[in-house]
Amino acid sequence: MDIQTLFFAVVAAVAILSGILVITCRNPINSALSLVMTFFCLATFYVMLDAPFMAAIQVIVYAGAIMVLIIFVIMLLNVRVESGKKYTHGVLIGSIMAVLLLFEAFYFLNRSSLTGARGMIDANVVQNVGHVELIGRAMYTDFLLPFEITSILLLVAIIGAVILAKKKI
Amino acid sequence: METIAIPAVNLAAIMPETVLSVVGMILLLINVFLPTEKKAYLGYLSLIGIAVSLFYTMNGWGTPQEGFNGSVLLDNFSHFFNVIFLLCSALTILIADQYVQREECNHGELYPLILFATTGMMFMASGTDLMTIFLGLEVLSIALYILAGFARNNVKSNEAGLKYFLLGAFSTCFLLYGMALTYGATGTTKIAGIAQFIAQNSILSKNPILLVGMLLMAVGFSFKIAAAPFHMWTPDVYEGAPTPITAFMSAGPKAAGFAAFLRVFLVALPMFKAEWTSLLWALAVLTMTFGNITAIYQNNIKRMLAYSSIAHAGYALVGFVAANEVGVAGILFYLLSYTFMNLGAFAIIILVGKKGEPNNNVSDYAGLSVKHPALALAMSVFLFSLMGIPPTAGFVGKFYLFSGAIKSGYIWLAIIGVLNSAASVYYYLRVMVFMYMKAPEEDFAWLKVTPAFFVTVVIAIAGVLVLGVAPQYFLKLAQIAVMI
Amino acid sequence: MLTHHSYLILSAILFSLGALGVLIRRNAIIIFMCIEMMLNSVNLAFVSLSKYLGNIDGQIFVFFIMTVAAAEAAVGLALMIAFYNNRESVEVEDLNVMKW
Repeated sequence: MDIQTLFFAVVAAVAILSGILVITCRNPINSALSLVMTFFCLATFYVMLDAPFMAAIQVIVYAGAIMVLIIFVIMLLNVRVESGKKYTHGVLIGSIMAVLLLFEAFYFLNRSSLTGARGMIDANVVQNVGHVELIGRAMYTDFLLPFEITSILLLVAIIGAVILAKKKI
Repeated sequence: METIAIPAVNLAAIMPETVLSVVGMILLLINVFLPTEKKAYLGYLSLIGIAVSLFYTMNGWGTPQEGFNGSVLLDNFSHFFNVIFLLCSALTILIADQYVQREECNHGELYPLILFATTGMMFMASGTDLMTIFLGLEVLSIALYILAGFARNNVKSNEAGLKYFLLGAFSTCFLLYGMALTYGATGTTKIAGIAQFIAQNSILSKNPILLVGMLLMAVGFSFKIAAAPFHMWTPDVYEGAPTPITAFMSAGPKAAGFAAFLRVFLVALPMFKAEWTSLLWALAVLTMTFGNITAIYQNNIKRMLAYSSIAHAGYALVGFVAANEVGVAGILFYLLSYTFMNLGAFAIIILVGKKGEPNNNVSDYAGLSVKHPALALAMSVFLFSLMGIPPTAGFVGKFYLFSGAIKSGYIWLAIIGVLNSAASVYYYLRVMVFMYMKAPEEDFAWLKVTPAFFVTVVIAIAGVLVLGVAPQYFLKLAQIAVMI
Repeated sequence: MLTHHSYLILSAILFSLGALGVLIRRNAIIIFMCIEMMLNSVNLAFVSLSKYLGNIDGQIFVFFIMTVAAAEAAVGLALMIAFYNNRESVEVEDLNVMKW
């Protein structure tokens, strides 16, 4: 076992553990903090996968913006600790579904091979050209249209937030 | 430092979408300066935008426009669907005004949101890249979450919005996971690229990663078209959302879901036809049967139409299983006729309702024919069409769907479809029994047919009858459209 | 040796955990967090596939998924606040005016 694999195993274990905490904690704040932990683990993986820019925006956007928003709403709504039973009656069905999903994933993914067309971006290219430049180049040429659609998406979200949550409109 | 070569921007390929989104933004600006009682002007302005967009759509028929490096393709298929979407949003805007004034949620943002949702639907139909389809879907979904919760002082509407949001976001995750695995198996997100790659590498058919990807994408799309067993959100959301929005949701987004579903599966994954037809066979049977059986027990008419819309998604899936020219053209034709009949029926539901007491129970329709014979007659036409009785559009659409299935050898599927359609007669007829055979309990004095409603109902009836009596022309268009 | 298998399996585990959370929890905010976790597992799958395919497209997709997640967070939390204003609760069992 080389050092990279060992590192992967440790971080993966932390990610899964905090993932389990997200769905078991009674207090929503604890769940939220565990989720932040998962996000940080994923950011670590992105660095290992030669995607440093993704790691940066993972921390800034997910851990920074979205989670702060969620925690803010938890505080605002003064969500109390769930008392008594915290699960819905769907525990059994839910667990069966999750186990099935997991089984399916293991069964299929282990037998699959990555057959897709290979590109030419490897660690060297990322080192020499820079990850941000690679992303920016692809985004403003090949994926210009999806990028533009995103602007409509954000506009719709802004309108929605205002119209649904503003005190007086 | 070299400069970036931005690829040729073919605006003609996104003209209908551009028009709608620009009009939507202008309306947002105008909205700020309009007093509450004059918000209806925004509706008329958005109708102008829809007309311009429709002009560009009609104008481009027959000349496919590709743009943005294969991200979008405005071909006859997307033109046909664009007409459905534009029609749906135009009729929704016509019937929305009276409702929002009555329910005191007359915020001008309603109209831009409907336009943006339509933009999203159009991108779903014309997107040829999984990213474009996904983002179109999200523009549509987010706009719909907001619209479902639009009457924000109404608990039912809040609840509908929240439920729709939670389940919609959940289903999006499945769709995305499917897209991720498909990308892993083929190395591209372009639909044409995926098809080409699969055609060139036949070993892929042994690779389970693509199969799982396909399965998960099918789950994601089934959520969006409300096919059983992924339909749980439909009845509650349809019941709770403001009625014009329910009308919109039942016709437009369902059609958009089918557009993306059809394009991804027919163009990108034709090699797996054997697998997905057997999957969709089961989905179609479940959806039809479940929708119709549950609809029988409903007393709330919005809820009943929600279950009936599940059943109708099942009928459309029959054409998808057939996957031949007749069947797929049948889907397009059926979705067009469903837009007319469903929006017409919902227009009358809005008229019969009144503030606070929404009058949504089937028994509230008792004696409508005595007080308002014309309205009762119109409602009967729509219900006949939903049943599939000639000479209405519903009959012709079902006929094409089922004959497509028979042509591909799915005799049993067609038989189950016909049986289901026979069972559905019961709950539609029940409404008519109340309208014609029961004595009126109320005087329906509040019922006022405004010009906008008159126009809507006339357009819907004209659509239902024209498509029913002379379907050949439209079917021809649909058949040209499905040559993708 | 680390291959894409390791990452895909980790992402599958996180995805199932998220799905389990959505199905068993009662609090709408926690359900939403579980959905975020599922989206993140999809992101992990995309980035690892992108790396092993040597193709940047997957990372662009991740970029858009993040945008969508942010937009969904804004709208979803606004819906929760609107619901809370009327019902003083964000538990899904209180989503019961209509039968669930």
